[in-house]
Amino acid sequence: MSTQPVTLITGTRKGIGLFLAQHYVAAGHRVVGCSRQAGSWHHENYTHIEADVCDETQVKALFGQLRRDFGRLDHLLNNAGIASMNHSLLTPYATVRRVMDTNLGGTFLFSREAAKMMQKRQFGRIVNFTTVAVPLKLEGEAAYVASKAAVQALTQVMARELAKFGITMNAIGPVPIETDLIRAVPADKIAGLVERQAIKRLGTCEDVANVCDFFLQPQSNFVTGQVVFLGGV
Amino acid sequence: MNLAELTQLIIDTTRSVLEEQAVETDEVLSADTRLFGDQGLLDSLALVSLVIAVEQGIEEQFGVSIELADDKALSQKNSPYRSIGTLAAYATEQFEAKRRAS
Repeated sequence: MSTQPVTLITGTRKGIGLFLAQHYVAAGHRVVGCSRQAGSWHHENYTHIEADVCDETQVKALFGQLRRDFGRLDHLLNNAGIASMNHSLLTPYATVRRVMDTNLGGTFLFSREAAKMMQKRQFGRIVNFTTVAVPLKLEGEAAYVASKAAVQALTQVMARELAKFGITMNAIGPVPIETDLIRAVPADKIAGLVERQAIKRLGTCEDVANVCDFFLQPQSNFVTGQVVFLGGV
Repeated sequence: MNLAELTQLIIDTTRSVLEEQAVETDEVLSADTRLFGDQGLLDSLALVSLVIAVEQGIEEQFGVSIELADDKALSQKNSPYRSIGTLAAYATEQFEAKRRAS
Protein backbone atom coordinates (compact mmCIF):
# COMPACT_ATOMS: atom_id res chain seq x y z
CA MET A 1 0.00 0.00 0.00
CA SER A 2 1.33 3.42 -0.97
CA THR A 3 2.02 5.95 1.78
CA GLN A 4 0.43 8.70 -0.32
CA PRO A 5 -2.78 9.90 1.37
CA VAL A 6 -5.93 9.14 -0.61
CA THR A 7 -8.45 11.99 -0.73
CA LEU A 8 -11.96 11.54 -2.10
CA ILE A 9 -13.83 14.68 -3.16
CA THR A 10 -17.38 14.75 -4.49
CA GLY A 11 -18.57 17.19 -7.14
CA THR A 12 -15.18 17.84 -8.76
CA ARG A 13 -16.22 18.71 -12.30
CA LYS A 14 -16.28 22.44 -11.56
CA GLY A 15 -16.34 25.15 -8.90
CA ILE A 16 -14.97 24.58 -5.40
CA GLY A 17 -14.72 20.81 -5.93
CA LEU A 18 -12.45 21.18 -8.95
CA PHE A 19 -10.33 23.73 -7.11
CA LEU A 20 -9.98 21.38 -4.10
CA ALA A 21 -9.06 18.41 -6.33
CA GLN A 22 -6.25 20.47 -7.89
CA HIS A 23 -5.23 21.86 -4.50
CA TYR A 24 -4.81 18.39 -2.94
CA VAL A 25 -3.08 16.92 -6.00
CA ALA A 26 -0.61 19.83 -5.69
CA ALA A 27 -0.21 18.94 -1.99
CA GLY A 28 0.85 15.40 -2.97
CA HIS A 29 -2.40 13.52 -2.33
CA ARG A 30 -3.81 10.79 -4.52
CA VAL A 31 -7.15 12.40 -5.35
CA VAL A 32 -10.30 10.61 -6.47
CA GLY A 33 -13.11 12.85 -7.65
CA CYS A 34 -16.61 12.22 -8.85
CA SER A 35 -19.53 13.89 -10.55
CA ARG A 36 -22.46 12.80 -12.65
CA GLN A 37 -20.59 13.71 -15.83
CA ALA A 38 -17.07 13.03 -17.07
CA GLY A 39 -14.21 14.85 -15.35
CA SER A 40 -12.97 18.14 -16.75
CA TRP A 41 -9.23 17.79 -16.16
CA HIS A 42 -6.57 15.12 -16.12
CA HIS A 43 -3.56 14.46 -13.95
CA GLU A 44 -1.59 11.32 -13.15
CA ASN A 45 -2.59 11.65 -9.49
CA TYR A 46 -6.25 12.29 -10.19
CA THR A 47 -8.92 9.70 -10.96
CA HIS A 48 -12.41 10.73 -11.95
CA ILE A 49 -15.36 8.40 -11.42
CA GLU A 50 -18.79 9.14 -12.84
CA ALA A 51 -21.39 8.66 -10.14
CA ASP A 52 -24.54 10.25 -8.84
CA VAL A 53 -23.91 10.89 -5.12
CA CYS A 54 -27.43 9.91 -4.11
CA ASP A 55 -27.56 6.66 -6.09
CA GLU A 56 -26.65 4.01 -3.53
CA THR A 57 -25.67 1.37 -6.11
CA GLN A 58 -23.34 3.78 -7.90
CA VAL A 59 -21.84 4.98 -4.62
CA LYS A 60 -21.16 1.42 -3.47
CA ALA A 61 -19.56 0.61 -6.83
CA LEU A 62 -17.34 3.69 -6.48
CA PHE A 63 -16.13 2.54 -3.06
CA GLY A 64 -15.56 -0.98 -4.42
CA GLN A 65 -13.24 0.53 -7.04
CA LEU A 66 -11.52 2.64 -4.37
CA ARG A 67 -10.87 -0.46 -2.24
CA ARG A 68 -9.50 -2.43 -5.18
CA ASP A 69 -7.34 0.35 -6.62
CA PHE A 70 -6.02 2.04 -3.48
CA GLY A 71 -6.92 -0.12 -0.49
CA ARG A 72 -7.20 2.90 1.76
CA LEU A 73 -9.01 6.17 2.24
CA ASP A 74 -7.67 9.01 4.41
CA HIS A 75 -9.92 11.96 3.62
CA LEU A 76 -13.41 12.59 2.31
CA LEU A 77 -14.67 16.04 1.29
CA ASN A 78 -18.45 15.96 0.77
CA ASN A 79 -18.50 18.97 -1.53
CA ALA A 80 -21.18 17.95 -4.04
CA GLY A 81 -24.37 19.93 -3.61
CA ILE A 82 -27.20 21.62 -5.40
CA ALA A 83 -29.16 24.73 -4.53
CA SER A 84 -32.66 25.84 -5.24
CA MET A 85 -33.57 29.47 -5.02
CA ASN A 86 -37.26 29.99 -4.80
CA HIS A 87 -39.99 31.06 -2.44
CA SER A 88 -41.22 28.06 -0.48
CA LEU A 89 -44.77 28.58 -1.75
CA LEU A 90 -43.49 28.30 -5.32
CA THR A 91 -41.21 25.30 -4.78
CA PRO A 92 -42.30 21.97 -6.27
CA TYR A 93 -42.04 19.00 -3.89
CA ALA A 94 -39.87 17.19 -6.46
CA THR A 95 -37.28 19.97 -6.01
CA VAL A 96 -37.28 19.58 -2.24
CA ARG A 97 -36.67 15.86 -2.59
CA ARG A 98 -33.90 16.35 -5.16
CA VAL A 99 -32.13 18.89 -2.94
CA MET A 100 -32.47 16.68 0.16
CA ASP A 101 -31.33 13.57 -1.71
CA THR A 102 -28.21 15.21 -3.09
CA ASN A 103 -27.15 17.37 -0.15
CA LEU A 104 -28.17 15.22 2.82
CA GLY A 105 -28.50 11.79 1.18
CA GLY A 106 -25.25 12.09 -0.75
CA THR A 107 -23.34 13.27 2.32
CA PHE A 108 -24.80 10.41 4.36
CA LEU A 109 -24.01 7.69 1.80
CA PHE A 110 -20.42 8.83 1.18
CA SER A 111 -19.75 9.30 4.90
CA ARG A 112 -21.11 5.86 5.77
CA GLU A 113 -19.13 4.05 3.09
CA ALA A 114 -15.98 6.11 3.74
CA ALA A 115 -16.12 5.44 7.49
CA LYS A 116 -16.40 1.71 6.80
CA MET A 117 -13.05 1.91 4.99
CA MET A 118 -11.44 4.34 7.42
CA GLN A 119 -12.30 2.40 10.59
CA LYS A 120 -9.98 -0.43 9.53
CA ARG A 121 -6.96 1.85 9.91
CA GLN A 122 -8.43 3.78 12.86
CA PHE A 123 -7.86 7.02 10.97
CA GLY A 124 -10.02 9.24 8.84
CA ARG A 125 -11.05 12.81 8.19
CA ILE A 126 -14.46 13.75 6.80
CA VAL A 127 -15.37 17.33 5.91
CA ASN A 128 -18.96 18.23 5.08
CA PHE A 129 -20.23 21.34 3.37
CA THR A 130 -22.89 23.61 4.79
CA THR A 131 -23.48 27.31 4.09
CA VAL A 132 -23.79 30.63 5.89
CA ALA A 133 -27.36 30.65 4.58
CA VAL A 134 -28.19 28.37 7.56
CA PRO A 135 -27.25 30.78 10.40
CA LEU A 136 -28.47 33.74 8.28
CA LYS A 137 -31.84 31.98 7.80
CA LEU A 138 -31.78 33.14 4.21
CA GLU A 139 -35.18 33.76 2.70
CA GLY A 140 -35.80 32.27 -0.72
CA GLU A 141 -33.74 29.16 -0.08
CA ALA A 142 -35.87 27.13 2.30
CA ALA A 143 -35.17 23.71 0.79
CA TYR A 144 -31.45 24.36 0.37
CA VAL A 145 -31.06 25.79 3.89
CA ALA A 146 -33.06 22.91 5.41
CA SER A 147 -30.89 20.34 3.63
CA LYS A 148 -27.70 22.03 4.86
CA ALA A 149 -29.04 22.35 8.42
CA ALA A 150 -29.57 18.60 8.23
CA VAL A 151 -25.97 18.17 7.08
CA GLN A 152 -24.81 20.11 10.17
CA ALA A 153 -26.90 17.88 12.46
CA LEU A 154 -25.57 14.77 10.73
CA THR A 155 -22.01 16.07 11.18
CA GLN A 156 -22.49 16.57 14.91
CA VAL A 157 -24.07 13.16 15.57
CA MET A 158 -21.78 11.15 13.30
CA ALA A 159 -18.74 12.89 14.79
CA ARG A 160 -19.69 11.28 18.11
CA GLU A 161 -20.40 7.88 16.59
CA LEU A 162 -17.16 7.83 14.60
CA ALA A 163 -14.84 9.19 17.30
CA LYS A 164 -14.15 5.68 18.60
CA PHE A 165 -12.83 4.72 15.19
CA GLY A 166 -10.29 7.56 15.03
CA ILE A 167 -12.38 9.39 12.46
CA THR A 168 -13.19 13.10 12.76
CA MET A 169 -16.10 14.79 11.02
CA ASN A 170 -16.43 18.56 10.70
CA ALA A 171 -18.19 21.00 8.43
CA ILE A 172 -17.32 24.22 6.67
CA GLY A 173 -19.87 26.89 5.82
CA PRO A 174 -18.66 29.13 3.02
CA VAL A 175 -20.02 32.59 2.21
CA PRO A 176 -21.00 33.22 -1.43
CA ILE A 177 -18.15 32.35 -3.77
CA GLU A 178 -18.03 33.13 -7.46
CA THR A 179 -19.23 29.74 -8.76
CA ASP A 180 -22.08 28.43 -10.90
CA LEU A 181 -24.15 27.91 -7.77
CA ILE A 182 -24.54 31.67 -7.18
CA ARG A 183 -24.25 32.95 -10.76
CA ALA A 184 -28.04 32.85 -11.04
CA VAL A 185 -28.52 35.03 -7.95
CA PRO A 186 -29.15 38.77 -8.55
CA ALA A 187 -26.17 41.01 -7.70
CA ASP A 188 -28.10 43.07 -5.10
CA LYS A 189 -29.04 39.88 -3.25
CA ILE A 190 -25.37 38.84 -3.06
CA ALA A 191 -24.39 42.35 -1.93
CA GLY A 192 -27.04 42.20 0.81
CA LEU A 193 -25.67 38.86 1.96
CA VAL A 194 -22.07 40.09 2.05
CA GLU A 195 -23.28 43.06 4.12
CA ARG A 196 -24.35 40.64 6.88
CA GLN A 197 -20.83 39.17 7.19
CA ALA A 198 -18.28 40.53 9.68
CA ILE A 199 -15.73 40.70 6.89
CA LYS A 200 -17.48 42.14 3.88
CA ARG A 201 -16.21 40.47 0.73
CA LEU A 202 -17.01 37.45 -1.42
CA GLY A 203 -15.27 34.25 -0.43
CA THR A 204 -12.60 32.51 -2.51
CA CYS A 205 -11.84 28.86 -3.10
CA GLU A 206 -8.56 29.46 -1.22
CA ASP A 207 -10.59 30.45 1.88
CA VAL A 208 -12.40 27.11 1.70
CA ALA A 209 -9.23 25.11 1.09
CA ASN A 210 -7.61 26.75 4.13
CA VAL A 211 -10.32 25.48 6.50
CA CYS A 212 -10.26 22.04 4.86
CA ASP A 213 -6.46 21.91 5.33
CA PHE A 214 -6.96 22.58 9.03
CA PHE A 215 -9.56 19.82 9.44
CA LEU A 216 -7.46 17.30 7.48
CA GLN A 217 -4.10 17.84 9.15
CA PRO A 218 -3.04 15.02 11.52
CA GLN A 219 -2.70 17.48 14.43
CA SER A 220 -6.47 18.16 14.23
CA ASN A 221 -7.27 14.75 15.74
CA PHE A 222 -8.94 16.49 18.73
CA VAL A 223 -11.27 18.59 16.57
CA THR A 224 -14.56 16.99 15.61
CA GLY A 225 -18.26 17.82 15.26
CA GLN A 226 -17.45 21.48 14.56
CA VAL A 227 -18.95 23.82 12.01
CA VAL A 228 -16.73 26.70 10.85
CA PHE A 229 -18.35 29.56 8.95
CA LEU A 230 -16.32 31.88 6.78
CA GLY A 231 -16.51 35.66 6.84
CA GLY A 232 -17.37 35.91 10.52
CA VAL A 233 -21.02 34.92 10.12
CA MET B 1 -23.06 -18.80 -1.72
CA ASN B 2 -24.92 -21.08 0.69
CA LEU B 3 -25.77 -20.93 4.38
CA ALA B 4 -22.93 -23.23 5.45
CA GLU B 5 -20.32 -21.18 3.58
CA LEU B 6 -21.69 -17.98 5.02
CA THR B 7 -21.77 -19.36 8.55
CA GLN B 8 -18.10 -20.34 8.19
CA LEU B 9 -17.21 -16.89 6.85
CA ILE B 10 -18.96 -15.24 9.82
CA ILE B 11 -17.25 -17.58 12.31
CA ASP B 12 -13.83 -16.74 10.85
CA THR B 13 -14.61 -13.03 10.76
CA THR B 14 -15.92 -13.05 14.35
CA ARG B 15 -12.71 -14.73 15.47
CA SER B 16 -10.55 -12.04 13.88
CA VAL B 17 -12.71 -9.22 15.26
CA LEU B 18 -12.43 -10.75 18.76
CA GLU B 19 -8.65 -10.93 18.35
CA GLU B 20 -8.47 -7.32 17.15
CA GLN B 21 -10.55 -6.18 20.14
CA ALA B 22 -8.49 -8.40 22.50
CA VAL B 23 -11.61 -10.20 23.73
CA GLU B 24 -10.81 -13.62 25.21
CA THR B 25 -13.34 -16.39 24.94
CA ASP B 26 -13.22 -20.13 25.58
CA GLU B 27 -16.29 -20.63 23.50
CA VAL B 28 -16.08 -22.74 20.35
CA LEU B 29 -17.73 -20.54 17.74
CA SER B 30 -20.74 -21.98 15.95
CA ALA B 31 -24.08 -20.92 14.48
CA ASP B 32 -25.44 -20.88 18.05
CA THR B 33 -22.86 -18.41 19.35
CA ARG B 34 -24.57 -15.32 20.75
CA LEU B 35 -23.09 -12.20 19.16
CA PHE B 36 -25.02 -9.28 20.58
CA GLY B 37 -27.51 -8.62 23.35
CA ASP B 38 -27.92 -11.03 26.29
CA GLN B 39 -24.67 -12.99 26.79
CA GLY B 40 -23.40 -11.68 23.49
CA LEU B 41 -19.66 -11.70 22.78
CA LEU B 42 -19.57 -8.24 21.24
CA ASP B 43 -20.20 -4.70 22.39
CA SER B 44 -21.86 -2.29 19.93
CA LEU B 45 -18.53 -1.06 18.61
CA ALA B 46 -17.25 -4.57 17.92
CA LEU B 47 -20.60 -5.42 16.33
CA VAL B 48 -20.21 -2.52 13.89
CA SER B 49 -16.72 -3.75 12.98
CA LEU B 50 -18.00 -7.32 12.52
CA VAL B 51 -20.90 -6.33 10.26
CA ILE B 52 -18.63 -4.20 8.06
CA ALA B 53 -16.01 -6.98 7.88
CA VAL B 54 -18.67 -9.56 6.95
CA GLU B 55 -20.04 -7.28 4.18
CA GLN B 56 -16.53 -6.87 2.81
CA GLY B 57 -15.76 -10.59 3.20
CA ILE B 58 -18.87 -11.51 1.20
CA GLU B 59 -17.88 -9.08 -1.52
CA GLU B 60 -14.32 -10.44 -1.70
CA GLN B 61 -15.24 -14.12 -1.50
CA PHE B 62 -18.45 -14.22 -3.51
CA GLY B 63 -18.23 -11.05 -5.61
CA VAL B 64 -21.60 -9.73 -4.42
CA SER B 65 -22.15 -6.48 -2.63
CA ILE B 66 -24.93 -6.76 -0.07
CA GLU B 67 -25.99 -4.54 2.76
CA LEU B 68 -26.29 -5.94 6.28
CA ALA B 69 -27.56 -2.69 7.76
CA ASP B 70 -30.91 -3.06 9.44
CA ASP B 71 -33.35 -0.92 11.39
CA LYS B 72 -33.98 -3.76 13.84
CA ALA B 73 -30.28 -3.92 14.70
CA LEU B 74 -30.71 -3.03 18.37
CA SER B 75 -33.88 -5.03 19.03
CA GLN B 76 -33.32 -7.85 21.52
CA LYS B 77 -35.97 -10.02 19.98
CA ASN B 78 -35.70 -9.41 16.26
CA SER B 79 -32.15 -8.23 15.70
CA PRO B 80 -30.50 -10.15 12.86
CA TYR B 81 -27.26 -9.78 14.81
CA ARG B 82 -28.30 -11.94 17.80
CA SER B 83 -26.16 -14.91 16.85
CA ILE B 84 -23.84 -16.14 14.12
CA GLY B 85 -26.74 -18.26 12.83
CA THR B 86 -29.23 -15.38 12.61
CA LEU B 87 -26.64 -13.18 10.89
CA ALA B 88 -25.89 -15.93 8.35
CA ALA B 89 -29.61 -16.42 7.68
CA TYR B 90 -30.07 -12.66 7.32
CA ALA B 91 -27.16 -12.37 4.88
CA THR B 92 -28.60 -15.23 2.81
CA GLU B 93 -31.95 -13.45 2.75
CA GLN B 94 -30.35 -10.19 1.59
CA PHE B 95 -28.41 -12.06 -1.07
CA GLU B 96 -31.54 -13.80 -2.39
CA ALA B 97 -33.46 -10.51 -2.43
CA LYS B 98 -30.68 -8.88 -4.40
CA ARG B 99 -30.59 -11.76 -6.90
CA ARG B 100 -34.34 -11.60 -7.41
CA ALA B 101 -34.18 -7.84 -7.95
CA SER B 102 -31.45 -8.03 -10.60
